[in-house]
Amino acid sequence: MGAKYFGARVERREDEPLLRGQGRFTDDIVLPDTLTAVFVRSEWAHAKIESIDIDAACNMPGVHSIWRPEDLPDCLRGRQTPIQVPNAAIRQPHNFSVLAMGETTCVGEPLAVVLADSRALGEDAAQMVFVDATPLSVAADLATSIEPGSPLMFSGLTDNIAADVTLEYGDDTEPFANAAVVVEESFHQHRGCCQAMEGRAVLAQHDRDSDQLTVWSASQTPHMVKNILVEMLHHDDAMLRVIAPDVGGGFGPKGMVYPEEILCAALAREIGRPVRWTEDRREHFLATTQERDQIWTMRVAADDNGRLIAVDGDLIHDTGNAAPWGIILPYIAATTVPGPYVIPNYRLRLRSVFTNKPPTTPLRGAGRPQAVFAMERMMDRLAARLNLDPAEVRRRNFVQPEQMPYAMGLIYRDGAPLTYDSGDYPECQRLALEKAGWTDFSARQAEALASGRYIGIGLANYVEGTGLGPYEGSKARVMADGRIEIASGAAPQGQGHKTILAQIAADAFGAPMEDIEVKVADTAAMTIGIGTFASRITVNAGSSTHNAAMALRAKVLKFASLVLEAPEEELEIADRAVKAHGTNRTVTLGELRRFANGMPGFTMPEGVEPGLETADWFSPRQATYCNGSHIAEVEVDIATGAVEILRYIVAHDAGRLVNPMAVDGQIQGGVAHGIGNALFEYMLYDDAAQPVTTTLADYLLPMAPDVPDVEIVHMETPTPLNPLGVKGAGEGGTIPAAACIIAAIENALAPLGVSVSECPISPQRLVELMDAADSAKGAA
Amino acid sequence: MRPGTFEYHRPGSVDEAVEMLGTLENARPLAGGQSLVPMMNFRYGQFDHLVDLNRIPDLSGVTLEPHTVRIGAMTRQVAMQEHSDLATRMPVVISALSNIGHIATRNRGTIGGSLSHLDPAAELLAMTALHDGVMTIHSRDGERRVGIEDYVQGYMTPAMQEGELLTAVEWSCWDGPHGWAFQEFARRHGDFAIAGVAALMGFDPAGRISRVALTVFGLGPAPVRLRAAESMMKEELPDAALFDSVAEDAAMIEAMDDALVTGKYRRRLAPVLTRRVLDQAADQAGRAGHERS
Amino acid sequence: MKEVEITVSVNGGSHTETVEPRLSLAEFLRRTLGQTGTHVGCEHGVCGACTVVVDGRSIRSCLMFAIQTDGSEVTTVEGLAQSDAELGPLQAAFRRCHGLQCGFCTPGMLMTLTDFLSRNPDPTREEIRIALTANACRCTGYKGIVDAAMEAAAEMRGKSDGR
Repeated sequence: MGAKYFGARVERREDEPLLRGQGRFTDDIVLPDTLTAVFVRSEWAHAKIESIDIDAACNMPGVHSIWRPEDLPDCLRGRQTPIQVPNAAIRQPHNFSVLAMGETTCVGEPLAVVLADSRALGEDAAQMVFVDATPLSVAADLATSIEPGSPLMFSGLTDNIAADVTLEYGDDTEPFANAAVVVEESFHQHRGCCQAMEGRAVLAQHDRDSDQLTVWSASQTPHMVKNILVEMLHHDDAMLRVIAPDVGGGFGPKGMVYPEEILCAALAREIGRPVRWTEDRREHFLATTQERDQIWTMRVAADDNGRLIAVDGDLIHDTGNAAPWGIILPYIAATTVPGPYVIPNYRLRLRSVFTNKPPTTPLRGAGRPQAVFAMERMMDRLAARLNLDPAEVRRRNFVQPEQMPYAMGLIYRDGAPLTYDSGDYPECQRLALEKAGWTDFSARQAEALASGRYIGIGLANYVEGTGLGPYEGSKARVMADGRIEIASGAAPQGQGHKTILAQIAADAFGAPMEDIEVKVADTAAMTIGIGTFASRITVNAGSSTHNAAMALRAKVLKFASLVLEAPEEELEIADRAVKAHGTNRTVTLGELRRFANGMPGFTMPEGVEPGLETADWFSPRQATYCNGSHIAEVEVDIATGAVEILRYIVAHDAGRLVNPMAVDGQIQGGVAHGIGNALFEYMLYDDAAQPVTTTLADYLLPMAPDVPDVEIVHMETPTPLNPLGVKGAGEGGTIPAAACIIAAIENALAPLGVSVSECPISPQRLVELMDAADSAKGAA
Repeated sequence: MRPGTFEYHRPGSVDEAVEMLGTLENARPLAGGQSLVPMMNFRYGQFDHLVDLNRIPDLSGVTLEPHTVRIGAMTRQVAMQEHSDLATRMPVVISALSNIGHIATRNRGTIGGSLSHLDPAAELLAMTALHDGVMTIHSRDGERRVGIEDYVQGYMTPAMQEGELLTAVEWSCWDGPHGWAFQEFARRHGDFAIAGVAALMGFDPAGRISRVALTVFGLGPAPVRLRAAESMMKEELPDAALFDSVAEDAAMIEAMDDALVTGKYRRRLAPVLTRRVLDQAADQAGRAGHERS
Repeated sequence: MKEVEITVSVNGGSHTETVEPRLSLAEFLRRTLGQTGTHVGCEHGVCGACTVVVDGRSIRSCLMFAIQTDGSEVTTVEGLAQSDAELGPLQAAFRRCHGLQCGFCTPGMLMTLTDFLSRNPDPTREEIRIALTANACRCTGYKGIVDAAMEAAAEMRGKSDGR
């Protein structure tokens, strides 16, 4: 067994059906007699529901039934959905119910559901459902919602603070007291959305005879959906199957378990007909989880060489009207701030605050883009204060490769010290700087300025914990025709897992890729699993696939040795068969499988279980840390505030790469998302927490002319933490992007004295900042 | 997001269409659908009747006369883009068209739809103002003509009654060589313009401006012809000082706020784009020799 | 509400169906004809996932009613491949250049590019990007799609030159 496929730019097996229009997304699946669910959604950010009048709607054409909270099946009535990532620090573990019970806390919250013959007929009826509600005061603004006495997001809360946690380490009691340099700043990072091109979708079917409940869901976490459904529906877990078919992008928010999924499953079982719900784009704006609104206040102390002494931060995080994943977002942000730097003293206080807006949960980067933004901007401030090159001040503070594994100072939730396992941060930055022509830039900038053009350059580094546990399993088995089947808990939404796992398995077992079949995202294929998010699958499922396939190979050889009466060392596997060297003795894998399944009279070899099937559960001891350095070069039109990204460079270390083509795609796509975070994606709410940008014409996604071809330089520092030496690569493109783009804008506008401490930033806002800087100069 | 129910009608002639629009309650004409159908899908507008104009042959076509061009209301934006004579006679229009939405939008979108929907950012509305457009409006009572100055009654409100249908627009063409320029500012290519400016500029043999048309659009419900500036520029040399003072005029135009963009920002863009367009139009006419900043 | 009979040619096959006026062309293709390759992403004409070609022009099928396509010829992503065995040059280029990840926007991308390249056989990367403003992608960051379009355009030019 060699490494024929590992590291190769293998074309993806997922592509052909998708290119032919033969993908199978949840809304593509057709079952007879299916009813379509249409939700009646709250128009109020916060209100008491007095009554829901369904009389007119009930009688409309094509309506099967309408369900209000009081109509729900017993198992759901009055119940809150469990928080999927609990944390003892959560003071008020408030999560959503499948339908708002008497009090609605967000525009878009489901209040009732219509089941009808078609979407259109369901919408006709939903329009005729009249909800009588008394508006209550709204927790609309993050900064004020934290104050005592401010309007409560939900009447059952004591205040709006979901959690108040401080992470810290360091020996100095007063690290700021005698520091040569102290820089301080506040940043506002504004709400943004998921906007996967496919919205959420679910289709549920219950077979009354067998009690089998099958749920297809556009989910990143079919096993977590199953866990929640078992718990809420009290359904026999052996009779509940959740499948994520083709999923059109996820990015995090499709990893939550939502009211719509729970309701469709419950109602399908209740009424005995399949029930589907396909999210439309407007619903996606209202009812799919989002990210950010965060207010950061940072203080950084350094010596007069720019060596960091202390970082002290205060993060106020908008969790929206629920905490389905607890406080994981701000928590990850808090552990990410230190990044690749040695920081002797660190404190980060995070407060997760309820508001009457949709919940915020991990979205590509999962809090790390925000942390990196805060820290990297402070590094730039430090550089400016000391008149140092921003790259130099970072260089002076890097964790050095010799220091790996590096316990960065924080103790993780599980009690273990947070330890960077591997990485060469100085070299990574050096590669990025070299590619970008960093040292030549000031000359080019001066030349441009002389002709009235404002160009700028920005740098940002990050360290990202990937391969999040607790585990991901894989099974490997020989099929009757001699091909190998791999089953895994992975639940891809475009990452190409089937190809990547086939590459790994082919190498580990010693078969051509065409002979490897991969099954994912089906709770029937793997009974327990976690799912695809947090850049965790290549590490966890990749490792378990590798292990399972290696173990299968070993089993095959053991059985074949008996059958062929030859020592294992003289056997080779080729062409779906095992041959004994130097003889004509051979057995096909199919025959071997029958043999291993057991034939009367034959004794099982010692220490070997029957069957040609293996399973492995890879459970990482800790995250494996990848890193990168990004550089953006921009031009700002100072008359209009328009920003053009001229070049974007990524130096990236994700350990060993299984499929470099797929990794490049993840980086390019991640950067696009980061450009959205920096320049375009502003999910606007008014003062009453009413969503304003609810179409793709108002909420701007980066389009093809807005995203340059990213120039990528790879480094591979293998991790010792898994057999493949791989790290996660799905989010690195996004994590430092806003930081380096905003830094570049500031660098371009340095002659005008403009400082940018927010993102995303629009041309209009840049003009405002330029005007303000101009007035300040005039006043000075 | 599915629309409410409606009856569908497919007239084969203008007379049939206006008969339907004049008699059916809560009826709406369906042109390219690029603005109407999203509204219907969101249920912002619910109509009992849709009168499909797409199969009325008389309603489309570009007719070039010596001094005017007449464009049928159902002429698709893509058809205008691909019309070679229009490109020769009115290159500024081709430039404006390339900023309208995207390929798929222009393949269906029509000039009549654009002028009836009357979004302030509509490039074809700006072209109509630039070229002293005259609208032909049909109803069961006959035909009437309305000049662009009287056509915009308010925000997205054309001077048309229930039952009336825009059937054609006439633009005055400029004869002889002239400079032209079109620039708009949008967040992304193809997005609605936040502000835009278009200009036509002719020169006499001495290099002085002989005629000029200058329109600023996107700031308010109607595009604004800067006629005072146009008069001022006549017989002047196209130099920086002149263009600067015209840009100052553009900075005075009233501009609206919306949820995402302030009037202040629009008013900031107007003089910037005006200045750039004036330079570009003069350059385009080959008058680059004069001092310009 | 009156249903109307329409006859539409889709990928070369003629279909006669009775539809209600508000049925979109996208829903007609997906539900009535069971051809689910065309995807619905926004229903307000911005994302482009629903793009198909009607009478030779790429259009957003979420903004067209099926009833309007009576007598028309519609081509969807299902009509692009050469055969069951062979993909069309644009599709093959997408696979080579990693022009898709989740695949949801892909049919729309292919149809926009089919229209665009038929009229612009020798485009620049920038011209392709501008054409692609009709289609949003959240996964790829567009580079692979632009690469694929350039490669496919070159290949198709080569074929039409008789090479």
